[in-house]
Amino acid sequence: MANIKELSKQKELFTGGHRACAGCGAVIVARQVLAAAGPNTVVVSATGCLEVVSTIFPYTAWNVPFLHSAFENAAATISGVEALYKSWVRQGKYDKKLNFIAFGGDGGTYDIGLQSLSGAMERGHNILYVCYNNEAYMNTGVQRSGATPKGADTTTAPVGKVKKGKEQYRKNLTEIMVAHGIPYAAQSVVGNWRDLTSKVEKALSIEGPKFINVFQPCRLGWGYKPELTCELGRLAVETCAWPLYEVVNGQYKITYKPKEKKAVSEWLNMQGRFRHLSKPENKSIVDDIQSHIDKSWEGLLKKEEVV
Amino acid sequence: MSKINVVARTGNEAMAEAMRQINPDVVAAYPITPATEIVQIFASYVSDGLVDTEFVPVESEHSAMSACIGSSAAGGRTMTGTSSQGLALMAEILYVASGLRLPIVLAEVNRALSSPINIHCDHSDTMMVRDAGWIQIFSENAQEAYDNMVQAVKIAETAALPTMVTTDGFIISHGMERIEIFEDKDVKDFVGPKKLGQYLLNLEKPITLGALDLQDYYFEHRRQLAEAMIDSKNIILDVAKTFKDKFGRAYGLFESYKLDDADRAIVVMGSTAGTAKVVADGLRAKGIKAGVLKLRVFRPFPKAEVAEALKNIKAVAVMDRSDTISGHEGPLALEVKAALFDSNIKKEVPDYIFGLGGREVRLEDIESVYKDLGDIIDGKSKDRVTYLGVRE
Repeated sequence: MANIKELSKQKELFTGGHRACAGCGAVIVARQVLAAAGPNTVVVSATGCLEVVSTIFPYTAWNVPFLHSAFENAAATISGVEALYKSWVRQGKYDKKLNFIAFGGDGGTYDIGLQSLSGAMERGHNILYVCYNNEAYMNTGVQRSGATPKGADTTTAPVGKVKKGKEQYRKNLTEIMVAHGIPYAAQSVVGNWRDLTSKVEKALSIEGPKFINVFQPCRLGWGYKPELTCELGRLAVETCAWPLYEVVNGQYKITYKPKEKKAVSEWLNMQGRFRHLSKPENKSIVDDIQSHIDKSWEGLLKKEEVV
Repeated sequence: MSKINVVARTGNEAMAEAMRQINPDVVAAYPITPATEIVQIFASYVSDGLVDTEFVPVESEHSAMSACIGSSAAGGRTMTGTSSQGLALMAEILYVASGLRLPIVLAEVNRALSSPINIHCDHSDTMMVRDAGWIQIFSENAQEAYDNMVQAVKIAETAALPTMVTTDGFIISHGMERIEIFEDKDVKDFVGPKKLGQYLLNLEKPITLGALDLQDYYFEHRRQLAEAMIDSKNIILDVAKTFKDKFGRAYGLFESYKLDDADRAIVVMGSTAGTAKVVADGLRAKGIKAGVLKLRVFRPFPKAEVAEALKNIKAVAVMDRSDTISGHEGPLALEVKAALFDSNIKKEVPDYIFGLGGREVRLEDIESVYKDLGDIIDGKSKDRVTYLGVRE
């Protein structure tokens, strides 16, 4: 695996000059994933923040072949690219080794793109799908998604006099991907470059469909100072709100275990979207979130024990 | 001239046969009645190793067109097939395909749209996506479906526009006909290898496709698309000429059937044109000068040519196998009338909306249309829109 010195010397495959917000985590994901993947990579992106900020015509931040089609079809689109590659290799028309990577936000992955993703994974294309998961529809202005955590204030599940933000837990997409029986599924985070790049390298070394769910703090949607993006990512891991693990051919491995699990309130309190939860009358919601995290973490530890 | 083999084929079989001979790099498709067989037959070609194609059996038509976009953008010759709800589900992505100027070829079997659900023929599905930036070619029978598919690849790749070839659900798709097919090598020669311009798998020159256009570029790119559609008319004619030179059968933007001396004519698309020709022949035997304009190419719409062909005909009716549900008229009538108006030709052109959901169109129905045209010639006025063959 390349160390950070080596990575920093590589040609930038995702360049600066794009229009992302200061402190944007999505572009960190793109840059680190491409740094790990290398130049022989074809990228497809779903509609969303990443595509919008990086490809304003006639400019592009992508130094690798890049295709954007629509919102809900990144997985199907990369399937077609990979199918053509296979066809050409079989016909002797192409001989380079390529990586096929699709990027989608949580809206384009957990929600509107879930069918397309599921189909592509089931068909077994040799692709890596990376979800940059910022837990809401950020590009359209912070609407709740299937990835939005309970209690978060979003513009379509706003905190009001009666309702206290999103009332449902987020769905567990990583487990849905594991249930597809794919050879590699993992969770990673913005703020731990080594974890992300090593998972990308590992995923790309495996033939077949791969999925990495990258937790990505969004300074605009989450309401924090731009310089705290990586810190918020790491704190999500330290509180076990976002565990780092991978599932290789069904075998779970937690890739980072906090020495001492921090209270989730520490992480919640740093974010504007959870501001209302610091009020005493909302303490039960925080307790609920904490107990849900505890249970999920315990469950994950048990899964790891099963060989 | 190429050697010809006479075979019995349904429309679906004929289209699948053309696809086998074309041997595309990728086919991504999803089953839907009455187009299922095209995909099914093609899948058996793949399983038997008769083609080099990578077949992607996607989980929806939306993903079918999305995968086609991936393959075509990557540089591959790419085809699919669908019908009705499938085409409707693809609609969003059809626009992306044309906007990206990808020469995907789609075998479309015309079928009614829900609701009520119905699996039989009308043209609602194809008409729904008539402004999607796709070339649209209609077929009268299985022979034309086959010939049109062979030509479509060349048309699409020369025009850099996606192209759909349509047949009529069940009437053509499942009707067995005598057709003439060509030798594999002759089709291969005719189609030729795909020319690669900019393509995704070219690592020497990485491109960004599908970028965000704002106020400063979107309009220019849409204008280029419009221009490509205008230009495609001559490409379609050029390909038809090459096709005739090689295979002997003549195609144009439309077929003028006994129009030269006609005093009355019906404009119609698809399988009904065959029925209309039979009726016209019957009327001609009685001394009535009836003709048919069978439109083959709906997009690009050949407005000047259609107007020219109709200008000397006293009475013209349009038969529309779909409706716009607009309080106005059917889609074909609107186009024909606009074409006539643009050429300063003033005529009363009644529109007959017929055959929705596979409702049989009988000889007597078409005879009644010609009879109405006779009344118009005699100075009587007719309803602007008639729903032909409906109970009301």
